[in-house]
Amino acid sequence: MAQSAAPQPPTGAKIKTLNGAVVRFAGDSGDGMQITGSQFTSTSALLGNDLTTFPDFPAEIRAPAGTLYGVSAFQINFSSDAVFTPGDAPDVLVAMNPAGLKTNLSHLKTGGLLIVNADAFSKANLKKASYDENPLEDDSLNAYHLLSVDIGKQTQAAVKETGLTSKEAGRCKNFWTLGLMYWIYSRPREATIKWLEAKFAKRPDIVKANILALNAGHAYGETIEFSHERYEVPSAKHSPGTYRNISGNQAIAWGFLAAAELSGTEIVLGSYPITPASDVLHELAKYKHHGITTMQAEDEIAAVCTAIGASYAGKIGLTTTSGPGLALKTEGIGLAVCTELPLVVLDVQRAGPSTGLPTKTEQSDLLQAMYGRNGESPLPVIAAYSPGDCFHSAIEAVRIATKYMTPVILLTDGYLGNGAEPWRIPDVDYLPKIEVKKHTDPEGFHPWLRDEETLARVWPIPGTPGTTHRIGGLEKDYNSGNISYDAANHQRMSDVRAAKVAGIAKDIPAQSLELGKENGMLLVLGWGSTFGAIREAVSRCRERGLDVAHAQLKYINPFPENLQSLLAGFDRVLVPEMNMGQLVKVLRSQFMMPIESYAKIEGQPFKIAELETRIRGLMES
Amino acid sequence: MSKLISADKLTRADFTSDQEVRWCPGCGDYAILATVQRLMPEFGVLPHQMVWVSGIGCSSRFPYYMDTYGFHTIHGRAPAFATGIKIANPHLAVWMVTGDGDGLSIGGNHLMHFLRRNPNVNALLFNNEIYGLTKGQYSPTSEVGKVTKSTPLGSPDHPLQPVPFALGAGAGFVARTVATEAKHQMMVLRRANEHKGATLTEIFQNCNVFNDGAFDKFTARDVKADRQLLLEHGQPMLFGKDRTQGLVFDIKSFALSIVKVGENGVTEDDILVHDEHNLNLAHLLARMQYPAYPVALGVIYSEERPTYDDVLTEQGATAVKKFGRGSLKELLHSGDTWTV
Repeated sequence: MAQSAAPQPPTGAKIKTLNGAVVRFAGDSGDGMQITGSQFTSTSALLGNDLTTFPDFPAEIRAPAGTLYGVSAFQINFSSDAVFTPGDAPDVLVAMNPAGLKTNLSHLKTGGLLIVNADAFSKANLKKASYDENPLEDDSLNAYHLLSVDIGKQTQAAVKETGLTSKEAGRCKNFWTLGLMYWIYSRPREATIKWLEAKFAKRPDIVKANILALNAGHAYGETIEFSHERYEVPSAKHSPGTYRNISGNQAIAWGFLAAAELSGTEIVLGSYPITPASDVLHELAKYKHHGITTMQAEDEIAAVCTAIGASYAGKIGLTTTSGPGLALKTEGIGLAVCTELPLVVLDVQRAGPSTGLPTKTEQSDLLQAMYGRNGESPLPVIAAYSPGDCFHSAIEAVRIATKYMTPVILLTDGYLGNGAEPWRIPDVDYLPKIEVKKHTDPEGFHPWLRDEETLARVWPIPGTPGTTHRIGGLEKDYNSGNISYDAANHQRMSDVRAAKVAGIAKDIPAQSLELGKENGMLLVLGWGSTFGAIREAVSRCRERGLDVAHAQLKYINPFPENLQSLLAGFDRVLVPEMNMGQLVKVLRSQFMMPIESYAKIEGQPFKIAELETRIRGLMES
Repeated sequence: MSKLISADKLTRADFTSDQEVRWCPGCGDYAILATVQRLMPEFGVLPHQMVWVSGIGCSSRFPYYMDTYGFHTIHGRAPAFATGIKIANPHLAVWMVTGDGDGLSIGGNHLMHFLRRNPNVNALLFNNEIYGLTKGQYSPTSEVGKVTKSTPLGSPDHPLQPVPFALGAGAGFVARTVATEAKHQMMVLRRANEHKGATLTEIFQNCNVFNDGAFDKFTARDVKADRQLLLEHGQPMLFGKDRTQGLVFDIKSFALSIVKVGENGVTEDDILVHDEHNLNLAHLLARMQYPAYPVALGVIYSEERPTYDDVLTEQGATAVKKFGRGSLKELLHSGDTWTV
């Protein structure tokens, strides 16, 4: 983990080398904080830093300016060491208005650098942010290193020559701020300039203004009387390879494109826009030349039904959604269980219940994924644990769905979907092919012929001569696939559907430990996006000499075959999750073990420190 | 259950599955099944190139009885499944069966979007104005005041009319026929088959158990000539035993009105001629209800426009033309990358 030094009082512009730093940009949703953050991210990634990001934005598209609920923030942890989380507490907070300051100040380290846009601290804005006094003018910020700059005026002056309206010119202030941050952390401006030129190719005046603002912010760092310390963060020691920056949603979309190529089978995506999953639809819609058809359906139900229809016709049906959408797809997924058709359902989880906190993260759909259907309807559930792992998890979901003729639910969450990290691009030639078998033999055909080993039924495709058949949601006869109301047959079919899914345990990797050794005192068992925070917390505890191990579950139904014996080797098992203890319920019910829960449901990812405190509390008490 | 046959030697038997038909004796669905099975060989589509898709309800059992590919899905969602099948493989001939409950109540949303989206799929809506499979509750097409188990004091719901609904949804082909009129039904289904794009055919179908005789008032043999208007494109809209009654447009009431040829100086030349491509006329014809009007049967509206499956296929082809066949390796290395 980065050992970030808090900025010191002015010592001249000498450049100090740091292991890493955490920077948080906060402002109004209209202030462009997400763009600022992602530009800082791209530039840091190109410099070779390891990094993790956390975009934290409101559900309102354009909340009234200056309001507390309209604040949009972006945090990045970048380092010359490996980093696994966006960082607990920022070393630098950039607050573009009073509301951004109010809602984000508590995150900032004591002694941290606080950059504020003083121009935005008007009476009206202070009132909207519930400040009685201007915090820039009293002593309330004394615990921080305050750099109060009239960013608005500075930006107006910098872009004046372009002749933009003052409203348009004002919009460039995020690039002015970015320029200053680039100066402080010694980052080059070229990549951002290139991005601006491409992004606003049709508006050269906007390109010019933003570049002027960027350069002016950078120059401000050089020339102001207040000369702040500068830093550099050297590149991380990545293992050799070609890297790119990737977010979870982008990685998962590309994973599906990879699955189409690796299986030689086209994917049909039926989807309905929902936060925070829509970006997967947007991304896939761009790649019609990659063997994918995308359809924005009229609702979540039509989206899953379209995908299942495509699966029946021989393509890989895919649907992408978030919690409330998964609830609506329930009946359709049950049909895919009953008709034993391949289908991948991506749930980018968000905070619930009901509409909940659409832009905030949570892991509270696990039980819905496991059990949220009528009847006995088991299906495989897997959870990606990092943006890069999203790519491989998408391929794995398609592999399991087609090999076992089953719907698969793939879980990520808003934090994983929107968060980004540098990712070593895999060698496509070494990605395992997905073997897809279509049944074409009319001899002795019926639609419920099964593979003896996998128990998967055959996949006969409409258009194939000699294998016409009818399927549906009614129970079928084991031996003919015809409708059957026979009592013993229903037992047999229920048993075989369950055995088929349970048998996947033989076809997935054994559960391994990320850190620590088997048979220890405490195992911290996570799943999904909590990976980074748990890993770092366990690592710190181990440095203190505590006998603690970390494992991260990816396969949740079925569990890896060795999981029970692995857990049994530890005196205690702690399961942190962003819900009220859902994985713990599943583990306890399957293994009858006294597994302990650390459940947190705040719409925010775990901080390393709070996990560390909990682990130490358990072990040192 | 599976046979290998050639397109020019198809018979009714090639479309008849080995499954026992389980509708109630006397159900109107038998007549539709028989007509469809007799008609299908004409289309020259081999059974294995055809998919019948349905939702849930009595009518939705239909695919089990066709020896083609078939998918009996979930309640109301057949249009979405049919669309998925069609976009996955546009070469398949896709037919869909739904009912007034399945298609207009739980599935109304999907039917609406299916029709405006216009995939090349033919939908048959069996309308019996009642819920059959759940044993006799009123449906969205039941009349106001309908006394059923769930409405012992009469239904308070205003009924939905399938054909105006379909026109409102932007359907490119809307027709209406009667289950027991095999010849007329065949004519309409032939037209549906020829039409490129989504088609909706409403078929009045008697439920002899829960809503017997619902359509007798205009389908019974002794009255139908006077109470049905059999539409033919380009022909004057005349009806009645001696074909002396006809439709004219009354500009003052902005409505169709009925006149008698030979009375008040009215001649056949005064009678409106049916134009399938006239959407305004279609809306007027669709809303004609007995007893104020005869019930219009036949192709009420037909206008082709690009199909959803064709547009998607074309978009895919355009993307390939523009960017070349997508290469995963190139994609992963696109944009900003760095090598360690």
